[in-house]
Amino acid sequence: MIKDILKRLWNDKFARIALIVLGVIYLALFFADFMSPYTKDFSDRSMAYVPPSKVFTIDENGKFSKPYTYNYIREFNPETLQINYSFDRSKKHYIKFFSSGQQYKFLGLIPMRLHLFTTDSEGRIFLLGTDINGRDVFSRLLFGGRISMTIGFLALFVLFPIGLLYGGISGYLGGKVDMIMMRFAEAVMSIPSFYLLIILASILPSGMTSSQRFMLIVIILALIGWAGFARVVRGMVLSIKNEDYVMAAQAIGASKFRIILKHILPQTTSFVIVAMTLSVPSYILSESGLSFLGLGIQQPDASWGNMLKEAQEFTNILYRPWLLTPGFLIFVSVLAFNLIGDTIRDVLDPKSKVR
Amino acid sequence: MDTIKYIFKRILQTIPLLIIVSMISFFIIRLSPVDPLAELKLNPSVSPETVEKERARLGLDKPVIVQYGKWAISFVKGDLGVTSTGEKVSQKLAERIPNTLLLTAIVILLTWLVGVPLGIIAAVHWRSNFDRLLTVLTSIGMAIPSFFFAVLLLMFAVKTGWFPIGGLTSPNFVDMSFGEKFWDITHHLILPVIVLFTISLAGLQRQMRANMLDVLDSDYVKFARAKGLSEWVVIYKHALRNAVNPMITLLGFEFAGLLSGAALTEYVFQYTGLGRLILEAVMKSDINLVMASLMMGAVMLILGNLIADILLIITDPRIRSKA
Repeated sequence: MIKDILKRLWNDKFARIALIVLGVIYLALFFADFMSPYTKDFSDRSMAYVPPSKVFTIDENGKFSKPYTYNYIREFNPETLQINYSFDRSKKHYIKFFSSGQQYKFLGLIPMRLHLFTTDSEGRIFLLGTDINGRDVFSRLLFGGRISMTIGFLALFVLFPIGLLYGGISGYLGGKVDMIMMRFAEAVMSIPSFYLLIILASILPSGMTSSQRFMLIVIILALIGWAGFARVVRGMVLSIKNEDYVMAAQAIGASKFRIILKHILPQTTSFVIVAMTLSVPSYILSESGLSFLGLGIQQPDASWGNMLKEAQEFTNILYRPWLLTPGFLIFVSVLAFNLIGDTIRDVLDPKSKVR
Repeated sequence: MDTIKYIFKRILQTIPLLIIVSMISFFIIRLSPVDPLAELKLNPSVSPETVEKERARLGLDKPVIVQYGKWAISFVKGDLGVTSTGEKVSQKLAERIPNTLLLTAIVILLTWLVGVPLGIIAAVHWRSNFDRLLTVLTSIGMAIPSFFFAVLLLMFAVKTGWFPIGGLTSPNFVDMSFGEKFWDITHHLILPVIVLFTISLAGLQRQMRANMLDVLDSDYVKFARAKGLSEWVVIYKHALRNAVNPMITLLGFEFAGLLSGAALTEYVFQYTGLGRLILEAVMKSDINLVMASLMMGAVMLILGNLIADILLIITDPRIRSKA
């Protein structure tokens, strides 16, 4: 069935583009250390809010040259009270491809220095400018994407077992247990999800390491979504539990837990796949919203949401539009996930015409 | 008579739901390591007597269950305590809730006025170029993060100066005539409404289109066509009525989504609504305010679902007979 879905995805024009886009994004994120000229924590305090570097391929004599860039000089203009950026034309910094730069650990294990592109040690190449701390936005986009684009999947892996089990038990046992369990799930669903999200995020104790915080955000995201999922699973279990093979399992004396786990829940697989692809984008959006407010992933770690936090200031929006790039990436990846989700729904449920 | 009985039953069902919601929210907040009175104690304008009164009111020296009981009783009585700045929580909520309701009501009205006709047109002209265009546009609308869209609009507003930024009214609001007041509020509402409208329109249009396609495929529509009725009568008299019913159920969900989406939008536009209130309260860890606004959010959501259900009972006779 998975093969069939992939084939259909590839044959659909939009879905194919979406698959390619996501493939490129994830590949870039996987090789983020190599793709980015700087490491995640590299900052040059003298280079705060520098605009994107210009790359020249034609030199001042009008001849073709190896690509090079100039560093920016930051000057304060006392008359207009503004900070001006101008090129330091005294020295060319040639861009070097597949050359060694700052050290990093590939996949956290293998120490390497190889970068896709970099420049000499005095030169600075900021493809998308820098932020308030003089950190390279392009590099941080790649590192931030690792968090933003995986947190949704992780939350789903926490949420689905909970939802499946909860819905399975509730639907199979029925009666009072079902009623109490469903009232509880409905109550969780009655709290506006974003309100619950920010409150749960705000009670996280401060002073956690960044990986602890990451894990807890994953769990919080899962806590928001399980109830709705469990309710749908329960509905499916109600219709499955009267099938002959369930009766047969009961007749040979299988335990309730075994019946739920081995006979009923596997029947919901196709629904689970659909629900998963359809809900990934909403978790990406939730995480970025949370980090945008400053309640999610914290500095110095990067995520697309917390990078956009700087876009809350008017001066940044007006004069430093390169700080908005994470927003476009969120938009593109959510759009791609949605297009894929639409096609998968078409394949699994040919009757639905929502698309 | 049956209708009224059913509505009454449906209203009664919300009471246990409210109790469970309040328990969940209460225990979540009590999980927090923050001393609920810390802010109040630090505030020099709040007298020690007020702090003591709060402590007694919250029953902080007693076990959690007793605390919950005390809180619930005073909540039912309408006493929600004081904020960390010493204001009454109930007053603060009374200021903010109408603003959020105004925003969401306008957005729901607009999305229905635009989304339902667009859904019908897309379904009637299924797979036409216009339908394809709408599908692409709704995909885009669903993918824009609300806060990012809000930031982009803010950028537009700052650059052009066409729209006021922040709040619901201008500083000289009190001196305006009625007409000017009306225009002032409208002017402030335009940008937040655009953001929420774009985001919720996409889902609504798609749902309407899907419902309509289902109905157009049904036997009674085929029969109506076979009878030789005009296309207009078939679509607007026979098909539409049945396609709209599921949308009413969706109204409750839409309201829920809007409350969440509104929180971020309100935050970016500095709009004085419930969403921003709860955000500010969370950041200042103002326990009373957080608790009360969380409850109010839940109450609004439950009421929204209730209204949707009641509307459905009125419009769809099948549900009445089932009940």
